[in-house]
Amino acid sequence: MSTLRALAAAQAVAAGVAQPVATVRHLHLSRRPLVLVPLTLAGEANAPLAALVGAAPGEARLLVVPQPRNREHRLAFAAELAATVLPYVDAHRGANEAVSVDRGRDVRYRYLDAPQLLVPNPAGVTFLRLLGRSTRFRRVDGDHPVPPQVPLLGRWLTFFAERAEHPGSSALVALTQALSLHWATGQSAVEDLHLPALLGWIAPPAGLTGAQAAARAEDPARCPPAGPATDPGFDNDRLAPAMSAYADADPDSEARAQAYAQLAALLREQLTPTWELMWRGVGLLRALPPGARVAGRWDGDRDAFTGYAEHVDADGMPQPRRDGAVAAAARLHRLERAAQSYAVQRAYDDPLVMAEYRLTGEAFVGEVVLADPTRVDDTGRRPVLRPRIQLVTTDPVLLTVGAGLSSPARPAQKARVVFVTPAADGKTEVVLELSGGMGRGLTASPGSVPEVGERLCYTTLSDAYLPSGSFPAVEQTPWTHGGPPTTGEEVA
Amino acid sequence: MTSSEQRLAEIRGGLPPRRHNARTIAALTGNPGCTRRAILDGAGVDKPSLAERIGFPARFGQSRFAITRGNAFEAQVKADGGVELLRLVAERLGVPVPAAASWTDLGAGDEIAGREERSAALLTAALPTATTTAHGATTAHGATTTAHGATTTAHGATTAHGATTTAHDATTTAHGATTTAAHGATATATADDGTAPGGRPGGLPDSSAALFDHPLLGLDVAGRRVYLEPDLVAARLGGRFHVVEVKSFPVIDGQADPAKLAAAAVQSAVYVLALRELLAARGLDPQLVSPEVVLVCPRDFTNQPVAHLLDVRKQLLVVRRQLDRMDRLDALLAAVPADFTADPAADPQTLVGALSQVPARYAPDCLASCELAYFCRHESGGRTSALGRPVREALGGVDSVAEVLALAAGEPAADPRHDEAAVLLRTAARLRADALGASA
Repeated sequence: MSTLRALAAAQAVAAGVAQPVATVRHLHLSRRPLVLVPLTLAGEANAPLAALVGAAPGEARLLVVPQPRNREHRLAFAAELAATVLPYVDAHRGANEAVSVDRGRDVRYRYLDAPQLLVPNPAGVTFLRLLGRSTRFRRVDGDHPVPPQVPLLGRWLTFFAERAEHPGSSALVALTQALSLHWATGQSAVEDLHLPALLGWIAPPAGLTGAQAAARAEDPARCPPAGPATDPGFDNDRLAPAMSAYADADPDSEARAQAYAQLAALLREQLTPTWELMWRGVGLLRALPPGARVAGRWDGDRDAFTGYAEHVDADGMPQPRRDGAVAAAARLHRLERAAQSYAVQRAYDDPLVMAEYRLTGEAFVGEVVLADPTRVDDTGRRPVLRPRIQLVTTDPVLLTVGAGLSSPARPAQKARVVFVTPAADGKTEVVLELSGGMGRGLTASPGSVPEVGERLCYTTLSDAYLPSGSFPAVEQTPWTHGGPPTTGEEVA
Repeated sequence: MTSSEQRLAEIRGGLPPRRHNARTIAALTGNPGCTRRAILDGAGVDKPSLAERIGFPARFGQSRFAITRGNAFEAQVKADGGVELLRLVAERLGVPVPAAASWTDLGAGDEIAGREERSAALLTAALPTATTTAHGATTAHGATTTAHGATTTAHGATTAHGATTTAHDATTTAHGATTTAAHGATATATADDGTAPGGRPGGLPDSSAALFDHPLLGLDVAGRRVYLEPDLVAARLGGRFHVVEVKSFPVIDGQADPAKLAAAAVQSAVYVLALRELLAARGLDPQLVSPEVVLVCPRDFTNQPVAHLLDVRKQLLVVRRQLDRMDRLDALLAAVPADFTADPAADPQTLVGALSQVPARYAPDCLASCELAYFCRHESGGRTSALGRPVREALGGVDSVAEVLALAAGEPAADPRHDEAAVLLRTAARLRADALGASA
């Protein structure tokens, strides 16, 4: 929790409405995201009860599991869900583009678009992950065969759930997380997990404060929970009788059809408020302009999607229950890199995020008061262009001489701190020496060196490429980390 | 009746004290710094009625589906005199599966005090370490402990894995993977260990294995005897007691829901504590009750039970500390106004007035565990702590939202301790305004 965000929360309490903590949108929003609102049956291991799914507000498709404890019914749900999700995924496997790799020596292709799933909250992501886990190993032959689309759905859901762990990915988004990334409410993080309350703070209905709207949203009678867990009162008073009416009716009878219709209506009534809130949330996010680096991160999602689609085409194995030691270490490393780069990119894209780093002294904004764009350093073997600029800032500067900086305005240019001098009125003078991003030769190309009067931000955060670590091959892994693969198999 | 007990009875409004169970005792560990909670729970006040009376009803309920599933799973696990349960527990503990074990259901419903006596008598009578064969038993016991020491270390990895991995989302997979190997290794190691104590000379005969269902345990909470009727099996295997908890939440690929796991661990710790006190009261070594609890849950998406070991030593310390604190209720009571009442029959206005005289320490976590949380949350509106501890800390520990905003607006700090926070907040406000202005 940064002080800046905490201050925004305090302001939200006073103002009675959520306060922005971002000026741009930090996630990609698909033109047609697939919104999925799942419900589970209490007490069971991720047993689906119902879901509303669709790629537009008017396209809600209701899936109902009349008896969630019945394996056949659960598999039927998976098959039905697959009938919506798989065509949606396939629809993004149209045109592709060539991307040069290895400095232009090779080329690979990626799809121009990728599927995007939206769920209400992190528990919704967990639901999909577990549904993926429970279906991807199902056999299409043998004793209890399932339709082939069921394990395929499981693999795609697992793919999405794994992407959801990847910082900066927009392939599977929990709406509460996405909204909290852009607004600070006057309630705690625990309460922010409740989508209706969160939206109550961000966009309270006319005449209500955020706090009042959130309090109303907490009443399950007025506002059903956003799932996947249902309200116990609803379970006991309404769902249980409707379910037993279905179970008690004879199969293929008029009574059963009626009971089914009633159950479906009941579940639709529970799901619809959340469905509407989902699209309201999407609308709020869509109103924000996307950050400059959002498209670059979405490219990563498209790459991952293309890669997995090819893996599926090539009859690759489903994702393992648990990663092996090397795969896990590599994955952790990838996630750490992604987290770091995501944090930097958000700061570069958004002055309000950068302000958090200004507060901690990792960045400052100052006005250029002196500039020497023609300065050449000839102490080395060859003379090199090293312009210097002096900035004056009111930000707290905790930088040391020699520190390397860069500016979101000129990401290709490096700056090195030469002097830091405290000046009057709590201001600080900073002299920077610039290198790179000025063209070849000893004269800077026009506009590449900041001019006097420019207001610039410099930060120690670097958006530069992070080389990936190298990991041993599986057969070179010591026994402490799973050992050679044969032993691993035996133990498993 | 001591004067404290009299006071507590007055606070309750003359109603009988609400019974504690492992769940409520476990909940006590949630927010130990809250005086209001300590007093109300110590007095055994009917908090749900109280909360409803003052217009902030608690929203705790259990779905009947969850209850049905829980009962069905428990019945399944305990079926056939616990044969399957015995096998699971023995295998997990790494001791040879006894050919037979006695199964005693202590849940038969006679008088509470009588039942406690009967539970205690039967539990301890079955102990081979009881006075009869003192010498021989001691050696056997020593041997068992060593064997257990070995399994403990091996299993440490598994338990820690369950608890930590799930907490950190980003690292889950990596942890999961490293422990797969460790876990697999553990399983084999345990099996090896298991054969050793079984084969050792002087080992306990199989016939000493016993399972006790629904024992009635007593625990002194705030000077009162509290009876716990756990859905618990106390398993005596290899001369040691293990608390066996049957829970219906699934363990999927070796991982359980961290919140449910944590709750189960604290509850089990309460049982371990009560069992240990029972032994101690009869002059037996309380260490005969293992701090390793066997958790039996459905595996993956099936109904097939699987046993895991849960080390509750840390939870034992926490519960112990909180119970000790409740024993000092007298000290807390001294600071409570003489006319304080929490009688649910009293006028709501009076109740609200009375409650506000006893300080609470509201944190958003309370919403999940305390029936009075919605009232306390309402009361602490405008306080930074209501936004969560991280927010309060990020705001330099300043208590009120109004003061935060005043400091941020450049007003001098009234409290010199807040000088540093004032500088931070002023800069934060300037930067925030600057960034919002720049983007507009």
